[in-house]
Amino acid sequence: MPPPAVLVSDLVVRYGSRDAVAGLSFAAPAGRVTALIGPNGAGKSSTVEVCVGLRAATSGSVQILGIPAGTADAAALRSRVGVMLQDGGLYSSARPLALVEYIASLYPRPDDPATLLGALGIDPAGRTPIRRLSGGEQQRVKCAVALVGRPELVFLDEPTSGLDAVARRTFHDLIRGLVAQGTSVVLTTHLMDDVERLADQVVVIAEGRAVRSGTIAELVGEEESVSFRGPLHADLTGLRAVLPDHGDVIEDPRGHYRVTGAADPMVLSAIAAWCAQNGVRTADLSVGRRSLEDVVIALVGDL
Amino acid sequence: MRPASARQRALAHGRWETSLLMRNGEQLLLTLVIPIGILLGLTMTDVLVQQAGPDRIPRAIATVLAVSVISSAFTSLAIATGFERRSGALRFLGTTPLTRSELLIGKFLATAAVTAVSTAAVCLVAVLVGWRPSASALWAVPVLILGTAAFAAWGMALAGLLRAEAVLAVANGLFLLLIMFGGVVIPAASLPGPMSVIAPALPSGALVTGLTDALVDGHAPSALAMAVLLAWLASGALVSSRTFRWS
Repeated sequence: MPPPAVLVSDLVVRYGSRDAVAGLSFAAPAGRVTALIGPNGAGKSSTVEVCVGLRAATSGSVQILGIPAGTADAAALRSRVGVMLQDGGLYSSARPLALVEYIASLYPRPDDPATLLGALGIDPAGRTPIRRLSGGEQQRVKCAVALVGRPELVFLDEPTSGLDAVARRTFHDLIRGLVAQGTSVVLTTHLMDDVERLADQVVVIAEGRAVRSGTIAELVGEEESVSFRGPLHADLTGLRAVLPDHGDVIEDPRGHYRVTGAADPMVLSAIAAWCAQNGVRTADLSVGRRSLEDVVIALVGDL
Repeated sequence: MRPASARQRALAHGRWETSLLMRNGEQLLLTLVIPIGILLGLTMTDVLVQQAGPDRIPRAIATVLAVSVISSAFTSLAIATGFERRSGALRFLGTTPLTRSELLIGKFLATAAVTAVSTAAVCLVAVLVGWRPSASALWAVPVLILGTAAFAAWGMALAGLLRAEAVLAVANGLFLLLIMFGGVVIPAASLPGPMSVIAPALPSGALVTGLTDALVDGHAPSALAMAVLLAWLASGALVSSRTFRWS
C-alpha cells in the first residue's frame, strides 16, 4: 500500500494566543480525492498553508508525498505539488497564456499551457489581461497554473467558487481525469455538491480538529430518516408526543423537517395523523438517507 | 524527477519580470520618457547653473542615470513587490519551485535590464545633442551595476518591511529626499551643513560620484564611492533576506 499523499499528525498552528489548528490529524490517500470541509475559521486554510510551505507549524508534523514538510529541498518537493489558492495569486496585468507559460517554465516536465487552457475553456490566443476576465474565467486560469506542472499532488482551495454549472462540470471531469492518472487531490470547499461528486475521503474539521473522517458512505451511514417540508417554525410538540420510541423532529433548515430515529410505517402514520389533526399541509414527504450536508451541519453547525 | 535548475528558474523569473515591466506604461514613463526629458531639460536649458560649461552634457548624463537607477531599482521595485504581495501573486509563487533567492535574482535581473534600456536611451539622446564619449565612459558600467544592485537590495528590503500602501508612500518620499538632498541634483559639496558630509555616504551620493568620475572626469570610479555602494548592497541584501516573506 503506497504511503499517503498527505499525512498530518497532531498539527497545531497558533496565531497569538489563538489556536487556528488545534491538534489536527488526518491522512489523504495517494491517488484519491480528499475533501477538507468545515465552517469558516475551522483551520482548513491554515492547514493547507502548512502543507504547501507558506506557513510553519507551531507543533506537530506534516508529511507530503512521504517527505517531512520543511525538511526536504523546497524546490524539489514543490516541483511535485500544485496549489490553487482561494484568494489572489494571479498577475492581473498579464495575459492568461503568458502567465501559464511562465509558471510552466518553473517545472521540469510541464503540461502544454495552450492545451491546458483550452481544456479549461480559456482561449489561449486571447489577449485580454487577467484583470478583465470574469471571476469564473480567472478561477479557471488559477486552476491552469496549479495543474500546468503536472503535479503528483494538488491542493485546490474553493476551486469551483464563481464557476457556472457548465464550467463546474468541466472542472469535475478534469479532476476525475487527473485522479485516473494517479494524481492525489486535496480539496477544500464549502460546496457539498463538489464533495459528493469528487471526494473519495472526507475530513470534517471544526475548531482546528478533525471531528469525523471517512468515505461519504461511512459519514452518511445506512440509517434512513423521514423528512418533509411544512410551514415555518411549526409547533412540533404534538408531533413529538406521538412519535414512537421517543423519536425527535428537527427543523433544519427553516421549513424543512427531519424526523430522527427509525423510518418505518408507524412514523409515517404518526406524521400523517398529526398533519390531519393540526391542518398542516406537507410537501416532499420522503424516506431516505441523510444528505452529506445534513451530516456535516449536525457535526459542526452551519457551514 | 529532476527539477528545472535554479539558474533556469531565476532566468525564467527575470524574463517574466522584465516582460511585465516593459508592458507597464508607468514603468516606460520612468524608464524612458522622464530620464530623456530630464536630460533634454538639463542640456538645452539653464535649469542648473552648476551644470553649465563644457561638462554640461556628461554631468547631466550622470544626474539622469542616477535618477533613473534610483527610480527603477528602488522606488518602482519596492512598490511593485509590495503590491505583488498584497495581490497574492507572491504567495502563489511561494508554492511553486521558485525559491526566495531565485525570485530575488530574477527581480534584480529584470531591474538591470530596465536600467540597461534606460541607459542606452539616455546615451543615444545625449549623443544626438552633442555628447562625444571617450572610452573611459565605460567605467560607468560597473558603477551602474553596483548601484542598481544596492538600490534593488534596499527596494526589496523596504517591500519586506512594510505593507504595500506604506511602501508606496515611503519609497516615493525617500526617492525625493535622495534626489534633492542625497547629492544627485545638488552636488554634495553645495549642500548645507552636515548634509554635505552625509550625502557622499548615501547610496545616491556614491552613485553620482562614481558616475561623475567615469563620465565627467574620465577615470575609474573612486574606491570610496564603490566601497559605499558595496556597503549599501551588503546591508540591503542582509535586511531583504531576513525580511522577505511570500505573504
